[in-house]
Amino acid sequence: MAGSTLIPSGDFRTSYAEDTTVFPTRTGRNAMIAGIVLICFAPYVLGEYTLSLLIQIGIFGIAALGLNIVVGFTGQISIGHAAFFGFGAFTSAYLSNRFGIPVFFCIPLAGVVTAAVGLVFGLPAARLKGLYLAIATLAAQYILLDFFARAEWFTGGSVPASAEPFSIFGYSLRGDKKYFYVVLAYVVVCYLLVTNLIRSRDGRALIAVRDHYLSAEIMGINLTKYRTLSFGLAAFFAGVGGALYAHYNQVVSNEGFGIDRSIIFLAMIIIGGLGSIMGTLMGTAFMVLLPESMEWLSVALRDSPIDQFLGLKNNIAFLREMAIGIIIIIFLVFEPDGLAHRWRQIKAYWKLYPFSH
Amino acid sequence: MLRIAATLSHKGRGEEPRNSRLSNSMNTQLLIQLLVNGLVVGTLYGVVAMSFVLIYKATQVVNFAQGELLLVGAWVCWALLTKYQVPFWLGMPITLVFMFVLGIAIQVVILRPLIGEPIISVIMVTIALSTVFSALMKWMFGVNLQPFPSVFGTQNVNILGLQVQTVYLMSLAVSVAMMIGMAWFFRFSKYGLAMRATAFNQQVAQSLGISVKNVFAMAWAISATVSAVAGVVVAVVNGVSAGLAFYGIKVFPAAILGGLDSVGGAVLGGIIIGLLENFAHFLDSEYLHWGNLYEIAPFYALIVILMIKPYGLFGTKDIERV
Repeated sequence: MAGSTLIPSGDFRTSYAEDTTVFPTRTGRNAMIAGIVLICFAPYVLGEYTLSLLIQIGIFGIAALGLNIVVGFTGQISIGHAAFFGFGAFTSAYLSNRFGIPVFFCIPLAGVVTAAVGLVFGLPAARLKGLYLAIATLAAQYILLDFFARAEWFTGGSVPASAEPFSIFGYSLRGDKKYFYVVLAYVVVCYLLVTNLIRSRDGRALIAVRDHYLSAEIMGINLTKYRTLSFGLAAFFAGVGGALYAHYNQVVSNEGFGIDRSIIFLAMIIIGGLGSIMGTLMGTAFMVLLPESMEWLSVALRDSPIDQFLGLKNNIAFLREMAIGIIIIIFLVFEPDGLAHRWRQIKAYWKLYPFSH
Repeated sequence: MLRIAATLSHKGRGEEPRNSRLSNSMNTQLLIQLLVNGLVVGTLYGVVAMSFVLIYKATQVVNFAQGELLLVGAWVCWALLTKYQVPFWLGMPITLVFMFVLGIAIQVVILRPLIGEPIISVIMVTIALSTVFSALMKWMFGVNLQPFPSVFGTQNVNILGLQVQTVYLMSLAVSVAMMIGMAWFFRFSKYGLAMRATAFNQQVAQSLGISVKNVFAMAWAISATVSAVAGVVVAVVNGVSAGLAFYGIKVFPAAILGGLDSVGGAVLGGIIIGLLENFAHFLDSEYLHWGNLYEIAPFYALIVILMIKPYGLFGTKDIERV
């Protein structure tokens, strides 16, 4: 995951295993493990509010990871990711309420069911590419939203569906402190899965489809298979994320799975860096913290002239929407490779400090 | 009786009781009225789709912010007419000039740096633009529906036994006039020729002395202006609200049906989608009672078209063989 810039000069890779290793340096691996261990203590150190932010970053990070597979690694465009996220949330709630399946199994099951739906909507992807696909997923977004509103047996219609709290073997985990570990476990597993997927034969095929689909096909890669597969995978992670979201909030309402949420997911991976796994998490953190920091800012600016001019109290929602849009534009124009690229540059700078040239 | 369906914001459920109250003998009457309605809405979709296709054809950019251009145009005109008490004959040209400049500004400031970037970046930038504009408009003008000052005296005209309000005739007339104007522009004006040349092949056009940069900016400017006219027309009929931007989404079924790079196809696609929408509404209110069908029918149509005939009725087929 560290960039090639961190490898000492003269250290040439002589085998494929070395070339595709997850951590090219031992320090990188140790730092990652230390980071995960450190964050395990977060519930004891951090307050409720910070913890809830971390949980949100984890949940949305998993869903955004799915989107990064389809957009960043396979080069297809999906504007309907939030609908799949919502579908996973409703499925998990439905499975646990209707069939009494323990929540522990519901979450991966919701992922599988959502993946099946994703494959159905991925079928156009077999024939379409680029902007046609973008438009097809836009239609999927509206059709699924309409389905949520219509299918009362599944979603509860206008009444929000309730979701059971998370439980393992009859021991239920209530509250943010315990749920944090559930989310953390899922984040670690999902990110490891995707990192390894990209190193595998299938992952390389996905990247080949992105880089040049005609060349990929000439090399014997089945375009239809991999395009559809990437959609299924994206939907799977969206479903898992949605299920975690459902059991975190314990209610699933129709709100919050609209096109604006899809745009936020896209913003996460663009800001983080398309085709960068750790970047996804950075982008998610950025997008979760952005509205919060605007909130803090508006509190800090209360009754100042700026506040009176902008009418912050009433208009913060609109300003937040605008900020999201403006930040996407700024990143696309000035930093198309996202935070992951910036992070690599910072690391390279300090690696070579003080002789950076 | 007649109304323009698409501006019902996003909640179309409220008005079912009124239609189901109509007795069965009114069936044909209702159907005809809905179809006329579909024609009126459809031509407006056609105009918006036309300006969408214009941008796509000239600059290869899929503009997800087309609906917001309508919205901005309508709000600007509304603000001029009500807040600054400008008469309509003056307010409308000011709006158009404003939109012309806005279109150029969007192209020059935001899209020009992205030339040559992957398609996802360009699409995302227009999506982000639509977020920015819709939030900005909500911030500046609020979220409530504002009635447009009456520009024309509203009367009912009796055409073939149907009561048709003059505003709808006005809407139809303006739409058709814009289509004819566009056709004239492309066929006979110098800029139109330059645009067609650029759409055909950018490199060749450039080598023949056409400033592709100018053409790109001009495409955005014209598209924004035409959208603003459509926006004002809808606003005159229904008032201004954020729901206007939904026209921008309805453009996709229309443009895909017609073929993404065909101006005539966009117009036809718009009319067909308008008719389809109202026909779905008729089926829904009379027989199926599913509710909300007319909102969603165009998207089902969109998926079906993409599966069967992805290049639409008149689109250029992009054939690739390995």
